[in-house]
Parts: sequence; structure tokens; C-alpha cells
Amino acid sequence: MSDIKVLKVRPEPEKVVRKHIITVKVQHNFGVLARITGLFAGRGYNIESLTVGRTHEPNFARITIVVEGDERVIEQIIKQLRRLIETLKVKDITDLPHIERELALIKIYTADDRTRDEIMRLVSIFRAKVVDVSTDSYTVEITGDNEKIEAFINLIKPFGIREMARTGTLAMVRESANIKMEKGDKE
Amino acid sequence: MTKEKRGADIVVDVLIKEGVDTIFGLPGGAIMEVYDALFDAPIRNILARHEQAACHMADGYARATGKVGVVIATSGPGATNLVTGLATAYMDSIPLVAITGQVPRHYIGTDAFQEADVIGITRPITKHNFLVTDIKDLPLILRQAFYIARTGRPGPVLVDIPKDITQQKTTYKMPTDEEVRESLPGYNPHTEGNPIQIKKAAELIRKATRPVLYVGGGAILSDAAEEVYKLAHLAQIPVTTTNMGKGAFPETDPLALHMLGMHGTYYANMAVYHSDLLIAVGARFDDRVTGKINEFAPEAKIIHIDIDPASISKTITVDVPIVGDVKNVLRKLIKELEEKPIEWIKAREQWLKQINEWKENHPLNYRKSDKIIKPQAVIEEIYNITNGEAIISAGVGQHQMWAAMFYKYKYPRQFLNSGGLGTMGFGFPAAVGAKIGRPDKTVFAIEGDGSFIMNVQDLATAVQYRVPVKIAIINNGFLGMVRQWQQFFYDSRYASVCLSVQPDFVKLAESFGAVGLRATKPSEVREVLLKAMEINDRPVLMDFVVDREENVLPMVPAGKSYREMILTPNQKGEAETMYLVG
Repeated sequence: MSDIKVLKVRPEPEKVVRKHIITVKVQHNFGVLARITGLFAGRGYNIESLTVGRTHEPNFARITIVVEGDERVIEQIIKQLRRLIETLKVKDITDLPHIERELALIKIYTADDRTRDEIMRLVSIFRAKVVDVSTDSYTVEITGDNEKIEAFINLIKPFGIREMARTGTLAMVRESANIKMEKGDKE
Repeated sequence: MTKEKRGADIVVDVLIKEGVDTIFGLPGGAIMEVYDALFDAPIRNILARHEQAACHMADGYARATGKVGVVIATSGPGATNLVTGLATAYMDSIPLVAITGQVPRHYIGTDAFQEADVIGITRPITKHNFLVTDIKDLPLILRQAFYIARTGRPGPVLVDIPKDITQQKTTYKMPTDEEVRESLPGYNPHTEGNPIQIKKAAELIRKATRPVLYVGGGAILSDAAEEVYKLAHLAQIPVTTTNMGKGAFPETDPLALHMLGMHGTYYANMAVYHSDLLIAVGARFDDRVTGKINEFAPEAKIIHIDIDPASISKTITVDVPIVGDVKNVLRKLIKELEEKPIEWIKAREQWLKQINEWKENHPLNYRKSDKIIKPQAVIEEIYNITNGEAIISAGVGQHQMWAAMFYKYKYPRQFLNSGGLGTMGFGFPAAVGAKIGRPDKTVFAIEGDGSFIMNVQDLATAVQYRVPVKIAIINNGFLGMVRQWQQFFYDSRYASVCLSVQPDFVKLAESFGAVGLRATKPSEVREVLLKAMEINDRPVLMDFVVDREENVLPMVPAGKSYREMILTPNQKGEAETMYLVG
């Protein structure tokens, strides 16, 4: 064994960056959301979207986080989320059968009758809903996965969007997959 | 109906229930009620002169005793002064509870006098923090704080209590241990270790021909020194300890490789570099240890034992991850190995021979002198005079590394220093806390002239409470470590590192009521230390005026591989950029 011999070099881990959907069950304490977003901000992870609300158990809230990263980054995010005292469950459900929904409210200019008709047609094709009407605008409510909402927005854009609000993705594992993965919950 | 109590009295009740005998802190408006309650309590109260120092004292107390340290501060500036201390404890996983006063609830958010968003400020540097909004929650939150601080991967927990809550009266029942656990449904530290993974680890240990144990602060935090020793000797595995792991394995043992990494020994780094199995025990692959990631132990399979899953495979992908308390896991691993013993002589003989060769050829060394005091010589003399039995607390910089290299640590909790955050000013106040916690021990603060001055005000505290810590200042008139880097990597352009204006440390000590001593010649070092050892009723400050441009060597430059270690100074005393491999 000689002192000065170049040994092999550890291979760099492969980096495949993609979008992940992570669901988190937390105690519904004040400040818990700041703790989670702070964790992302402090470590330089970029949140794509984040939704939060109470569950059927009033002491717990459920958060859906969409974040982009390679496997290593996502693994760290999950471990760091699990490390928080108020976290009960963290799941990466990206590769599991799951339901994904987002809600958008879009206020669109309606210049004339032709525009109104055209918008109504799109609304009906997308199974969206007009929830408010004024002399020169429609406000449309649409739910669906991210792609559907993007598609709708793209079609509606030429008419002129006055205002828009989106919730970010909400997601839930389909029951059949849920049973299988209980093992992967927070240890 | 039990008697009504103030929130402040509840705080004291919980402290007593948790076995707290000493607290460190500084009062102020928003925390006065708690201090009022403490006035009659059987708890020793150490009044620090700065909250940062108070926090380091509580930290040093925790490191030296293994108990939870407690620090108390008032709202606003009191609490913000804790930040560095909390971050220090957080990085090194030290169990602390910080109790801060907050402005009364109805003032919160109004930019009231001495108001700061302490929860927001300390969120990323505490294991957890709480703002008490209802006196009913106070006893449970305080007990949760202690439970969270000392279990799992330990860490600092902060409880922010508005002043009106400390004043409010209520009746209450002390929450039981079970109630505390049940109130934290998401917090279940994994302590046992997966049996299949432990079997796998045992198998790898049996097969290995060039194994190394890499032991970190986690082994000390879980009191696993005995198990580390057993495993090392049972399987004849050489042991290298990190800066934080010092004392987890006796450095006087033939299997000891001493410290690894940036300022690690040649033989520790070579052993790790050439190992075929690296067993990481409560260590987290810090960049000061690994250097260049993809050349760190490139041929080794890696077993990683750690209580924090987030530490595993963070920087280096591990072959066998074992999440659990180090002590538990090692016990099981030892049992597993004892059941089917390894034939270590055959497997390890060659390896241990190689390591001994490295040790003989490149021991820790420095150029000795009888004209000028060498900093390493001061540390060696402290070691001799204390028979290697003292608790050493270090600041941050060159002196810290010399204290790590030239004092041989035999016990856990014997070497205290800010490993993770690298907090200058840590050493002295931590030594005060350690001495208060371990009055039976000689406690030395080895400090740099730059580092010591960062918490010099607390000499007053040490004098007031007659804490006989020995402070050894390795005085080179520089921010020495920065100067060393400037010499090596910035063409000796010494930008803003010269501490040309300094107090007269002897007079400074005397003005505080401490004893001041000075050594300027090698012949005076021993004399000064012997004098200092005789003083037992107050702190002693020793000013060792040392070689100004001495360097800490060996050194692996930041981000470089172990192959590129700078080894020895040349004849002119300049570092020889002796790269092991071109």
C-alpha cells in the first residue's frame, strides 16, 4: 500500500430534476406554516405551489407542496419536513396514483357579444363555471389538474385577463395506493 | 382547590420538576416577573453580563454535565443577543432551553418597547420554539421544551412568554411525562436501529480488511464512549474522532488515529482515504471533515449510525444507514459481532501495520524553539500540568485547532468547542458554565486574543461567582486562522487581520478582579501555569505571547482532497505546499 496513489473517485449521483408533489400532515398550530416555508426558504428550495387547510380532524392540517428538484434534494426536503416537531406524515405521492386538483378564478374582459359567446363555449367545454357577470366581464371558476387550467388560461388569454387567482395544487392518493404505502409514513 | 400561582411561579415549578439547579441569564423588563419568582427558588442564578455569554455558559454547562442547560433573557435585545448562542448549540446538537420574556400580549405586533419577533428570528436556529399565548398552555409547553431539547437529536428549544402571562394567576396541574409525549404526536425519535441493517453492518465489519471508525459528537451526546471502545477493540478497528467527537475514544489508545479532516492528522486522513469500510458513528460528514466529497474515502463502503435520518446520505450516499441512538445501535452491533466472531488478526494485521507506519513517519509535529513561545508548546504544557485530566474549552481559530491537536483527550465531555458554527468568543463563557457544572474538574479556556475579546465582559461574572477557570490566551496579535489562509491562499496579503491595538491582558484581568499572568519566553510558560493552578478562588488569565506567524498544520485546503494535504513548514517557517500527489 503506497501513500500516494490516486484511488478511484466516488461517482457523482445522477441528477434528474422534475416536479414532485409532497403531502404533509401537521398539527394545526399557529406558526406551523411559517416553519415549513422557512425551511424551504432557508435551504434554497423553490416552492412551486403550496396549499394548506384543516382536515376532518380539527387539530390537524394538510399541506400539499409542489416542488422541483432531483432525487437527492427531494429526499432532503422530505427528511427535513419529517424532522419538524409538528409534522405527522410526509409523503411524496408523485409516482403513486393520485388525484390532483387546482382551483382558479379568472376575470375576463368581455368586449362584445361575440366574445361572450366564445368564452361561454370554452367554459362549457372545460366544464368551468361563470360565477360573476358584469357589463364588461365574466369571472370564471375552473377546477382541474394543473395542465387543464394552463390549457384554459392559454385559450382565454387573447380575450384579455383582468385578474386571476389560483390556489395551487391539492392532491390526494387514490385509496387503492394508499393502503400499500402506509409503511412509508413518518417513522 | 389548589392555590393560584403566577405564570412566573409555574416557570420555576417546571424548572424544579426538570431538575434544573442552575440557570444563566440577564433580567430585563419583560422577564422581571420570572426573576422575581426565582428570587426565592432553590435554583442557582448566574447573572451574566451579556446574553450571548449567558447562552454559551448554559451550553458549556450542558456539554460538560450532559444535563439540559437553561438560559433566561428578556424581550427584544435580550432575546436577539441569544441568537449566536442558540445557533452554536443548534449546530452542535446541545440540549438547551431558552426562556425569553416577551412584551404583554396586547402589545405584540405594535412595535412596542423592546419588542422583537423572537419566534421568527430563532425559528431556523432552534430545534423547536414556542410562543405562549395562553397561561393554560404554559406548564405543558415548558415541559415539552425540556423533552424536545434532550431527546432524539438534542438541540436548543426556546419558549417566549409574554409578560402578562408571567403575571397572570391560575391554578394548574403539572403535566405528566406521558401527557408530554402524547401531546407531541409527530415527535417520535427513532432510537432502536433496524435489526436487518445492523446485521448487514456486522457482515461488512467481518469482511473488511481496512476498516476505520469515524466517531462524531453524537457518540458523546448518547454517552456511547464505552461502546465505541468495545467495538474498536473487539474488531480491532482504528478510530478517528471529529472535533466534536474528541474524547469519545481515548486518544492515548494505540488504536487512536486522532482527528481527521481539514486539520486532521496525516495518519487519520490516510487511513480514511485508503479504508475499505468507514463506520460513521454520530458524525455528519461535515465539509471540514470530508474535503472534496467525491474523493472522500473513495474505496470505502459506508455504514452510518445516526439518530437523525436527515443526517444520513445528506452529502455522501451511504451503503448501510442505521437510524437510531448510537449507544443502542452499537450495543446491538457488538452483540451481533460477538455471536459470530471475526478472525481479526488475519484480517486487520496488515492494515494496522500500515497505519503504525504512517503514524511513525508523520506524527503531529511542530518546529520547537527556546527563543519564542510556540503555541503548540503551551498546549502540551497545559496537558502535562493537568495530567490530561482537565476539561478544555476552546474559542475558534488557530488556538482551537492546536487545543484539539496537542492535548490528548481521554474522556467524553472533556473537550468543548464550537464545532459546527465556529463561534469566536465561545470558549471562555462555555468554560465558566462547565466549571459551574463540574466544580470537581480543572477547567481551562484556551482562547485566542481575537476570540477571547468577543466575550471579555463576562470576566466580571466569573469573578462575581468566584469561578476559578483558567484562561490561557494564545496571543499572536492576529486573527490567526484568517492570517494563515491569507498567507497560503491570498499571497500573504494580510487584509484586516492584525490586532495591533490590544488591551494589556494582565491589567485587564486585574481590573476585573481576576488574576493576570504573562509569559513571553518559553522558560516562563511552565511557571505561569503552575502559578495559575494554585489559584482556586477566582479566574486566572494567562497571556501567552506566542510566535506570531505559526501555522496550523497539517491542513487540507477547503474543498480539496486528502491527497492535497499541506504537511510541514519549511526551514524558513513558511508552509511548504507539500501536495502528497501532483
